[in-house]
Amino acid sequence: MSTAAAIAASVRDGSRKALDILEQHLAAIAAREPEIHAFNLVLADEARAAAEQIDQRVAAGKDPGPLAGVTVALKDNMCTRGIPTTCSSRILEGWRPPYDATVVSTLRDAGAIIVGKTNLDEFAMGSSTENSAFGPTRNPHDITRVPGGSSGGSAAAVAAGFSQISFGSDTGGSIRQPAALCGVVGVKPTYGYVSRYGLIAFASSLDQIGPFTNSVEDAALMLDVIGGHDPLDSTSIPQTHPSLRDAITQDVAGLRIGRITDLPEGADPDVVERLEVAFDTLRAAGAKIVDVQVPAFTFGLTAYYLIAPAEASSNLARYDGVRYGLRVEAADTNAMYGATRAAGFGDEVKRRIMLGTYALSAGYYDAYYGKALKVRRLISDDFERAYQSADVLLTPTSPSVAFQFGAKGDNPLAMYLCDTYTIPSNLSGQPGMSVPFGTGAHGLPVGVQVLAGTLQEPTMFRVAATLERGLIGSAQ
Amino acid sequence: MSKYDGLPGDWELVVGLEVHVELATATKLFSASPNRFGDEPNTNIDPVTLGLPGALPVLNEQAVELAMRIGTALNCTIQPCTFHRKNYFYPDMPKAFQISQYDQPLNVDGFLDLPNGVRVGIERAHMEEDAGKSSHVGGAGGRVHGATYSLIDLNRAGVPLVEIVSRPDIRSSDDARAYVNELRGILVAIGASDAKMEEGSMRVDANVSVRKPGMPLGTRCEIKNVNSVRSVGRAIEFEARRQINLIEGGDVVRQQTRHWDEGDGRTHTLRSKEDADDYRYFLEPDLVPLAPSPEWIARVKAALPMLPAARRARLADSTGQAVTSEAVAVVVERSQDDYVLAIAAAGGDAARALVYVKEAFADSPDVAAADVAALTRMEVSGAITATQAKTVLAELVANGGGDAAAIAAKYGFEAIDMSVVEVFVDEAIASDPDAWQKFCDGDAKAMGALVGLVMKASKGKADGKAVTASLQQRAPQQRRDHPK
Repeated sequence: MSTAAAIAASVRDGSRKALDILEQHLAAIAAREPEIHAFNLVLADEARAAAEQIDQRVAAGKDPGPLAGVTVALKDNMCTRGIPTTCSSRILEGWRPPYDATVVSTLRDAGAIIVGKTNLDEFAMGSSTENSAFGPTRNPHDITRVPGGSSGGSAAAVAAGFSQISFGSDTGGSIRQPAALCGVVGVKPTYGYVSRYGLIAFASSLDQIGPFTNSVEDAALMLDVIGGHDPLDSTSIPQTHPSLRDAITQDVAGLRIGRITDLPEGADPDVVERLEVAFDTLRAAGAKIVDVQVPAFTFGLTAYYLIAPAEASSNLARYDGVRYGLRVEAADTNAMYGATRAAGFGDEVKRRIMLGTYALSAGYYDAYYGKALKVRRLISDDFERAYQSADVLLTPTSPSVAFQFGAKGDNPLAMYLCDTYTIPSNLSGQPGMSVPFGTGAHGLPVGVQVLAGTLQEPTMFRVAATLERGLIGSAQ
Repeated sequence: MSKYDGLPGDWELVVGLEVHVELATATKLFSASPNRFGDEPNTNIDPVTLGLPGALPVLNEQAVELAMRIGTALNCTIQPCTFHRKNYFYPDMPKAFQISQYDQPLNVDGFLDLPNGVRVGIERAHMEEDAGKSSHVGGAGGRVHGATYSLIDLNRAGVPLVEIVSRPDIRSSDDARAYVNELRGILVAIGASDAKMEEGSMRVDANVSVRKPGMPLGTRCEIKNVNSVRSVGRAIEFEARRQINLIEGGDVVRQQTRHWDEGDGRTHTLRSKEDADDYRYFLEPDLVPLAPSPEWIARVKAALPMLPAARRARLADSTGQAVTSEAVAVVVERSQDDYVLAIAAAGGDAARALVYVKEAFADSPDVAAADVAALTRMEVSGAITATQAKTVLAELVANGGGDAAAIAAKYGFEAIDMSVVEVFVDEAIASDPDAWQKFCDGDAKAMGALVGLVMKASKGKADGKAVTASLQQRAPQQRRDHPK
């Protein structure tokens, strides 16, 4: 399979047409999208027009951009100018943003072709895409199973070949977990590595945009393009980042790979087995395996389910049926607000709005939100200590391979446990990525998670690339 | 003024003021939309102002600079600070939360000295964004209750505000008014705000309570909708009496937010403490902490212009007037003190210059200081009278300057010989012996009548001051000390 860099190079030198490349993806979409439902919206016409424009630029001798002709799919919580952006929620029905998210305009400027907006758990709240108001996405590896979530549509789109690249957002694992379940690479960078401007907020202090790709190299290229400071996002880090494509050329000899000895239990044996193989692979590549402890890791889930809903309750209070999106008419304005929100939000969103409102309320703040912030601090401190003795940490991405539809649907807590291993690095704001690393039960993909300290993406990518090469090596 | 502000019994008034001022920035607090009053509704907007999904706030550096100026002028400590979300739902707040500073404000622990010497503590002066403007149509008095529809203008949404919170150090309605006036003067002087109460760029809420001196603070009520300096005094006085009546009638004051009604001159219950909103404050995750560098703070401090109190002192000093005199206050408030000093520097008489500028230059002066200086010299030397000088000054103002001596000559103004004036004085006394008798008995009105006769006889050329002196000279000795 060719890389995004190779595709762009071939388009740039005129040896391939952007339109031809796009048509292959559109053909794949036509063939399998009806059963997968990765997209809320396929932008075939717009994509063709954009591809033709790229080809014309090449013909005219103009620079078509570093991602010329590379097809991308966008999670449908990223604002696209004039194009419906729904968060897979009825509450945003009919809304067309008047502006592009910074990531979207950066991708357009780089010559990427946007093929569609992908499905997600409503407002990115969920781990299976079953919470979408428009129906679930199915896992391309087994359509009786979930693709993970919340960025399930984006993970499935890359896994099914609907686009070369896709983008998701990760608040508690929403890129890494579906990447693992769909057998693709998924990266959540350091908080502030990529602009959030135009990403519709779930939990602002945790949300971060990142790519889904077929290879570590593609992921590196994508972050090299979309990373960096954005004056429109005050929380984006005011510096330029070193090239990750350069970083992956280095091996891992001498790196210290941390094994968290007090990691929360609950991962299935097939997943644990693959993790052990990953340790062996890195050791064989010259890395050193070291034991570390991250005692607060285990409290991440609890803290997360107070902090994220608290922020969400504030972020989602604006959806009132007045200025945009759904409006359910009622006797008076107050009744209209209530009816609109009752009809516009799904159960999981309502559950989290209530949970978060409660956690922030006078008289409960200290016991819930306040305490959760302290745990968040502890987790950061524990990671900080761990990264003094290890360069990266290795964990499972998801406790299990892709599960069947409805398996956890009636039990929100069981669903929340899907993110046990991914949540802590959102709370600490540090990078993490899932690398596909073979298969487990039912021949389904298993992902290994590489975690690193703040802005240690170069090291994290070196390790991920080594795992990827090791896997390819062992398959041959 | 009176310590107990005319309150019955020995009740003591306790007032703290919360003043919101809109900063005079080019753009809004968190977006690039213009910060401009009076534009077509809903034109100064953008995704951030509209609270559109995905939009993010970016802090306006100029707003921080102006807020730091306010903190510096109010003798505050400028400290590292954060922004919080204050969550509440209202149609003119499209994000459903206001970004404000909560437990870590930019400016803390300052003070403001009133012209009468009373020092009012400043607890904090923090930054926040304004809400949009709601206009309720069809209800009584423009209030939402009973309205048939409401109009929302989001031009004001996101306009930078600084909320200046005083300590409860104010003990009279006069001091409350003086505080508002002094604060406004400072804000205008430092260019932080145009501070116009009538346009809403300065808004005052008063926290009012009463107590017996020495007792702990009483339960307070917050008075909103006070839209003029005069109303500040009226609302506080009404509210204090209302609370005293409650307590003296055996009732208790309940903590409430009350609405001042300019029409009926009363405060009315808006909401009680029990149904106050729970704002669910939390750190605004879309912004980063703000920590002005010591260099920045020093730059702001060094660039701060002279404040009204210092300018009043300077003007009083150079004109020989009391620092609390009305002329000094008015001229400084109009920022014309530099002009008065310029007239003096051009060889004019500073005291006369102060009077001229206060009386004749309601708008910004556009007469060369030297022209006015020449006129003061003519008056002080006795070449023309005060009355004549006024006429010449009016023409100088109308013409935007000119030669005072030439204007005086054109009108035929010339010094009249004092011996001639004495004759006119004799004639006046003779023609109205009744007035003369009254004048000798100390009747001020009678003096006016006599002076009037002299002025008429001299065709306005006599100097009123000289005539008065002459009259006093002639009056019996025991009256001389008490001219009225």
